[in-house]
Amino acid sequence: MKALAAHRRHPIMGLVLLLLALGVVGGVYGVATTAPSSADTALVGDQTQIEEGRRLYLEGCSSCHGLNAEGGSAGPTLIGVGAAAVHFQVATGRMPLAAPGAQAPVKDAIYTSEETLQMAAYIASLAPGPAIPTAEQIDYTDADIAEGGVLFRINCAQCHQAAGQGGALTQGKYAPSLMSATPQEIYEAMLTGPQNMPIFADTTLPTPDKQAIIAYVVDLQQAPSPGGLSLGRLGPVVEGLFLWTAVFAALIGAAVWIGMRAR
Amino acid sequence: MSSDLTPRSDGSPEATGAHGVVSGSGVNDRLARPDYAGPGALPLAAVDHTPRRSDLYPKAARRVERQITLMFLLSMLMAVLFIVGYVAIDVGTEIYIPVLGGVGFQNLVLGVTFGLGVFLIGAGAIQWAKKLMPDVEVVQDRHPLPSTPTEDAKAAEQYQRGKEESGFAAYRIMRRTLIGALALFPIPLVVLVRDMWTNDDPALAGQSPAEILSSTAWTGGLRIVTDGTFQPLRPADIPVGGLVSALPENIEEIQKEAHNLNERGKSAIILVRMDPEDIRAQQGEGWDYQGILAYSKICTHVGCPIALYEHRTHHLLCPCHQSTFDLADAGNVIFGPAARSMPQLPIGVDEEGFLVAASDFNQPVGPSFWERG
Ligand code: FES
Repeated sequence: MKALAAHRRHPIMGLVLLLLALGVVGGVYGVATTAPSSADTALVGDQTQIEEGRRLYLEGCSSCHGLNAEGGSAGPTLIGVGAAAVHFQVATGRMPLAAPGAQAPVKDAIYTSEETLQMAAYIASLAPGPAIPTAEQIDYTDADIAEGGVLFRINCAQCHQAAGQGGALTQGKYAPSLMSATPQEIYEAMLTGPQNMPIFADTTLPTPDKQAIIAYVVDLQQAPSPGGLSLGRLGPVVEGLFLWTAVFAALIGAAVWIGMRAR
Repeated sequence: MSSDLTPRSDGSPEATGAHGVVSGSGVNDRLARPDYAGPGALPLAAVDHTPRRSDLYPKAARRVERQITLMFLLSMLMAVLFIVGYVAIDVGTEIYIPVLGGVGFQNLVLGVTFGLGVFLIGAGAIQWAKKLMPDVEVVQDRHPLPSTPTEDAKAAEQYQRGKEESGFAAYRIMRRTLIGALALFPIPLVVLVRDMWTNDDPALAGQSPAEILSSTAWTGGLRIVTDGTFQPLRPADIPVGGLVSALPENIEEIQKEAHNLNERGKSAIILVRMDPEDIRAQQGEGWDYQGILAYSKICTHVGCPIALYEHRTHHLLCPCHQSTFDLADAGNVIFGPAARSMPQLPIGVDEEGFLVAASDFNQPVGPSFWERG
């Protein structure tokens, strides 16, 4: 402390404090992620599509999920997960995994949307499961955003945070931010429960409710931030941290300048 | 400021003068002070004086003067720009700024101009004081903290006199009853605090707070409905891996009658469904229905509503302080500060095939309280 006090009045201290403040702000801000590509909606596949999908599956997926999608120690069975699950996982780049780990992160999709649909058709042909939602199902234009907000806070906010920014789960897993999720991905995620997300089936959360939730999330995605620097919309804890670090550092810097001996 | 009552025993000055150095602190006497040379005349410090450039060169002084004037002028400009921004910029206009992202243009202009306007006035004033006002180093002494022995003695004497004159020591019974009265006086307030909770609900009349906290709206045969949409549920509606936030079917009537959300807060549950083989333990034999388990939604630590359910690990995580409950293992705490497992609600189906509660919880939900034991 003595040494620190001795250097307090050094002209370079102001600069150091400023850099410190900037570093903290930058770190807080750097939590944003990038958008995955979206894919078109398509329906049931024909035989050639299924065969092509099987070929792609054997190449890219079978080492973890088994030659017949029966699952193994490295990956769960895909029998009965349905086309929607395949489309969600592959189109958002979550599958195939780059490396085993707690979380399957979003990355650039490896397969084209056509290949994705072929694989989805193959998995769907093994056993019935949730189909890829139709354009009507994900059409949220008439949905009630306020109602969607209520349902979002009851069913989704506990993990994805009230403003859809995502949040931590146990042991390195996390609920991702929804800021770049497309309506189709949101629908598919609710329908299939990817990774550790529970399933919100159409029986307990019918299509109009899902549309309302999508409308709310889209509204969140488009909501402006008039003050700029939304700090990830993480709420008062982050805002307080910002105040106590960056703003206080600036104030201390000003105090140091005021106290500096004029020359 | 030296005391009028007790002249200091020592403090003889060694040197004073307008530009001299004062070293009045007697080494032996810690109560000694430098000589007091009248109001406003502070003793000068024993440090080397380095003159500022603006003291040495008139040119430098003029430059500083120009700088400060410029700051004040800029501040005026900011005030004008603020008004221009307020009038001329449309409230809805958004612009993109790197790092900040999309920002309301008017917000930005108002903030920057007003902030700079104030800042420049302050910065100019400080520059003025630092560069142009007289530059002398002075020492401002702290008062010595301890009182002088004379002051101590005087205080002790006054205390003694007060004690004798009031008779506080002499009238023993009066003294003791006064202490007793003062001790009892706050107790009525504590009694009021006990009854600060209100109970408008006739159904709960006569129950103590502990009793009210210990039971919820659930009773045997009461249907389970989804939270938000209030739909009754059939077992087949919930797939394995599914999660439903739910309430008792009569919750809306209860709320209307009670004019509060207390019952909703206590009776909120989550339903999860897992492969029956995954269930290692429950809080009661057969409390599930074909792998559908109902647990309270209220954390047993300090009562956050929780539904962070990981359907592959069956862990339920509380975001408030990271308590983790294993719903496959009777809701036991596997991590975090919660001291009790998550209360489980026994469920079944009615004749029409809808999910119902089999009874109320068999233990209070939510955080611990005194009488819960
Ligand atoms: S309230 Fe759940 S861990 Fe504290």
